[in-house]
Amino acid sequence: MDMAQYIPVLLTKYNYWVYITLMMIGLWAMIAKNNLVKKIIGMSIFQTAIILFYVSIGAKYGATIPILRHGHNGAHEAIRTVDYINPLPHVLMLTAIVVSVATLGVALALSIRIHRRHRTLEEDDILTQLREP
Amino acid sequence: MSLVHSIVPLLAVLVSLAALPGIILARGRPNLRETVTFAAAGLKLILVASLLPYLLNGQEVACDLVRVLPGAPLAFKVDAFGLLFALVSSSLWIVTSAYSIGYMRGLDEHSQTRYYCFFAVALSATIGVAFSANLFTLYLFYEMLSLATYPLVTHHQDAEARTSGRKYLFYIMGTSIGLALPAMIIAYQQAGTLAFSPAGFLAGKVSPLMAGVLLFMFIFGFAKAGMMPVHSWLPAAMVAPTPVSALLHAVAVVKVGVFCILRVITGVFGVGLLKSLDLGLAVAWVAAFTIIVASLIALSQDGLKRRLAFSTIGQLSYIVLGLALLSPKGMIGGSLHIAMHAFGKITLFMCAGAIFVATGKKNISEMTGIGKRMPWTMAAFLVGSLSVIGLPPAGGFISKWYLVLGCLQAGSIGLLVVLLVSSLLNAAYFLPIVYRAYFKPPSEAAWLEGRHEGPAAAWVPPLITAACSLILFFYPQPFLRLAQMAVAGLGGGQ
Amino acid sequence: MTQHFPALLVTAPLLCALLVSIAGWLRPRLCLPIALVGLGVATLAATGMLAQVLTSGPIGYRLGGWDPPWGIYYFLDQLNAVVAAVVAWVALVNLAASHRAVQADYEDKQGPFYTLYVLAVTGLLGMVATGDAFNLYVLLEISSLTGYALIGLGPNRAPLSSLNYLFLGTIGASFYLLGVGYLYIVTGSLNMADLAELLKPLYGSLAVTTAFSLIVVGLWMKMAFFPLHAWLPNAYSQAPGPAASLLAPLMTKVMVYVMIRMMLSVFTVDFVGTQAVLQQAVGWLAVAAIVAGALFALAQRDLKRMLAYIVVGEVGYMVGGAWLGNRIGMTGAVLHLINDAVMTFCVFLAAGCIFQKIRGTAFEDLQGLFKKMPWTMAALAVGALAIIGVPPTCGFFSKWYLIRGGLEAGHWGFVCALLFSSLVNVVLFFRLFEIAFFEPMAEGNGHGDHHGHAPAVAIAEAPLSMLLPLMAAALGLVALGLATGPLVKYVITPVMPTGLW
Repeated sequence: MDMAQYIPVLLTKYNYWVYITLMMIGLWAMIAKNNLVKKIIGMSIFQTAIILFYVSIGAKYGATIPILRHGHNGAHEAIRTVDYINPLPHVLMLTAIVVSVATLGVALALSIRIHRRHRTLEEDDILTQLREP
Repeated sequence: MSLVHSIVPLLAVLVSLAALPGIILARGRPNLRETVTFAAAGLKLILVASLLPYLLNGQEVACDLVRVLPGAPLAFKVDAFGLLFALVSSSLWIVTSAYSIGYMRGLDEHSQTRYYCFFAVALSATIGVAFSANLFTLYLFYEMLSLATYPLVTHHQDAEARTSGRKYLFYIMGTSIGLALPAMIIAYQQAGTLAFSPAGFLAGKVSPLMAGVLLFMFIFGFAKAGMMPVHSWLPAAMVAPTPVSALLHAVAVVKVGVFCILRVITGVFGVGLLKSLDLGLAVAWVAAFTIIVASLIALSQDGLKRRLAFSTIGQLSYIVLGLALLSPKGMIGGSLHIAMHAFGKITLFMCAGAIFVATGKKNISEMTGIGKRMPWTMAAFLVGSLSVIGLPPAGGFISKWYLVLGCLQAGSIGLLVVLLVSSLLNAAYFLPIVYRAYFKPPSEAAWLEGRHEGPAAAWVPPLITAACSLILFFYPQPFLRLAQMAVAGLGGGQ
Repeated sequence: MTQHFPALLVTAPLLCALLVSIAGWLRPRLCLPIALVGLGVATLAATGMLAQVLTSGPIGYRLGGWDPPWGIYYFLDQLNAVVAAVVAWVALVNLAASHRAVQADYEDKQGPFYTLYVLAVTGLLGMVATGDAFNLYVLLEISSLTGYALIGLGPNRAPLSSLNYLFLGTIGASFYLLGVGYLYIVTGSLNMADLAELLKPLYGSLAVTTAFSLIVVGLWMKMAFFPLHAWLPNAYSQAPGPAASLLAPLMTKVMVYVMIRMMLSVFTVDFVGTQAVLQQAVGWLAVAAIVAGALFALAQRDLKRMLAYIVVGEVGYMVGGAWLGNRIGMTGAVLHLINDAVMTFCVFLAAGCIFQKIRGTAFEDLQGLFKKMPWTMAALAVGALAIIGVPPTCGFFSKWYLIRGGLEAGHWGFVCALLFSSLVNVVLFFRLFEIAFFEPMAEGNGHGDHHGHAPAVAIAEAPLSMLLPLMAAALGLVALGLATGPLVKYVITPVMPTGLW
């Protein structure tokens, strides 16, 4: 594959670019920020980016939610799969959202514990405190 | 050669391990504790000796335990070489146990229970090495021995013991993991098996270059054999209590090293392969170098145990040299020397310990005229010296005689000269001690007061082993017979 | 009953976790018994399944009766049956040993501790048993989140270390999730067996390579594969004893298992074989991991920190072995996975016993420990021998296969790294034993005065409830070693794919 082939891929798959950008913002916050809560926010952005990615791969133009309507006389209408979006990624993301909320909760709980002990959430200050016995 | 399956080899290995709970439980009552040790030692000798009739009938005894690795199970097989070595070690354990009592109690040493425990483990490992049917089992017990002797070497738990222990581990574990282990795995990779066979399991499986590399990896990998330049752990290990030096660093540990090399030469490569590649000669010259250099260093040592240690390094290389000659007489001489040197050197070490217990002297220069005070000990010392030098009427003469014949058989005059020069050197570092002890005026006034040899348990055992050395000169059985059978069993050697 | 073992493996501890948390409010004294029952049932199920798999082949289980590939499918072959059994047993034995240490380290938080503990084990067991890539992610997060909390409950630095672990762990898990997303895009399936079939025609696809890389990198973060190991030493060395001896042996090992499962059963060795550059790179990364782990460990002056860095090195062993690209190396990796779980458990539990008695694991604290705690030190010594790789302990045999694999692949760097790390391990442990054996120094220096008795130290062993499990672990190391033959023959060889030579 040469570069020319990539260009349409890059343009049509803009959802990928969005999630990658979001991911990088989150990652940057986690690495570069000094405040623990900002790091946690970065982590949340990071996780949300992936959730958005999943949601976007399930989406489809002009399609609807996959709830089949049954005819009153018992006859099924013909099901055209192109009319429906794929629900599975979305359903999975319900779980992933739960996971990310739980992670957020644990992270915040830990940071409360840290704050109680050190009276600060700036990582540098905490490390200085830890170095001085 | 027919094979008999029996559980006796396993029992012989395990009996000293089984003694451990007894030794630990009886820790408060020293007499009972030592009785357990004696019982285990006696039982071990009986079990080992019970295998002798099979061997003399031309049978071998096998005992397969666990198939851990394909082609390399945990298994025992007793052949003539193995039994020869096992007999020497297990019989000397009894003598050393008696001696330990005299020495350890005489000096009121601490942690005696620990001492007896690890001694028992070390003996298990030694017999395990002797009876190993393959390189893997051999390596297992080799490492077990290394670790079991560490607390014995460092028994005093002081700064010196710590330094020596470190050196000991550095050499022994460093070489076994760094050289012997990869060599073993490469050999396995080439041959798909590790079982010793008379023709060598590597025969026809390796290129000449690889054979050479592997051979030297093995020889230096089993550093317990003390081949230069991996010898300097042995003098360092002299910091151990003397019974440890006596049994382990004159008999069990160092001979295990040599025995490993014996297995490598006869069971891994096979005489035929080594002969065709002329590798035997290369090993023989490394051994010859060690013999001469170690003897020269021994001359200049004033610490009695250190002098004995360097003498041991030299004598171990005699054995290696005999084996590496690859001529039948040389190999008989080499394997016979395992036994002869053991009885001689253990006598010397026990004498050194007896002197230390009775007078607190460690250095040769302080022992002038000690023969007046400890005539029996020094008599034993004389016999031990004669045996190690290789003079009649002591057992060492016989093995050295075979070694000389082996050199002639192999047509190697250079090595013959080495042997003779070295015997002169041996005499030069031993006989002055005896001369100084008996014929020079005593350096300490107290020694004129007459005989005082310390506790009987410290000076009777060396007399026993000295007597054994004398007996072995006139009646070198069953060791000579076993050595002859072992070498005959190699087939290719004849 | 027996056909529901796979469900029992996860549901029993899950339900018990609920009961434990209730008991934590009402009757804290009931927490441990309930937890023991839950893990006991899981252990029974795991052991039963191992026996079942060995006698009659792999087991499949449809959770909730839904057919694969739509429903969640639990699939146990020899590989994960044995890993599940090891995980369950280690967790159970560790739980049995935890009583006194939890009282000391967690005080009023016993309810939360046991709840988290059982949940963490649920996650680990589920990860091992599941045949569904997304379900694996969920279980991974269950065990990770509980793991963070277990570590975070510790003293001093522990919350901060735990938070750092959480950050890196979340990135790792997210990478895994992303990789699974790519797989879903190209195949539309999440069932592992289904994925393996559907992926076959797609091996040339960039998306599959991307998915594979994302999954593997994510798992490496979770298993602390050098250079992604930064979270591990702090987290494991500052975690309270019972948490450390649960997580250190199991967490990394289960992640290695997942990596191997991905390599063998989802992407298959045919695909991994096409990634020659990656394979080369991972081989050398493993070498770097082993060497770096050894060197970092040398620089430590604290038992638990030293052990934590040893774990970093051990991860290098397994990843390296798995990526050698031959059957022997993979066998070694799987064998080491089992062995390392038990030996890491043994040494961490020993460290826990020591901490329990002397409230510290810095090297200076260890003086005279052979006198004070002979049995604990004996067990630590056995664990040390296993880590060094001395037969007949199990560490020797996995190292044996790994080195052979390295030779077979002609990867001399890996072989040398393994030998180097063995030698460094000798130094590491005997340096520690020297302190425990020689110090405080006996009076006199060996010359002249041989009566130098070491100062009399009374034996003060860890409580029997910790000591017995420790002894069991130490004996297990030897037993596992002697069982290597059958283990390789009946457990590991059958799961080696035919494409692997």
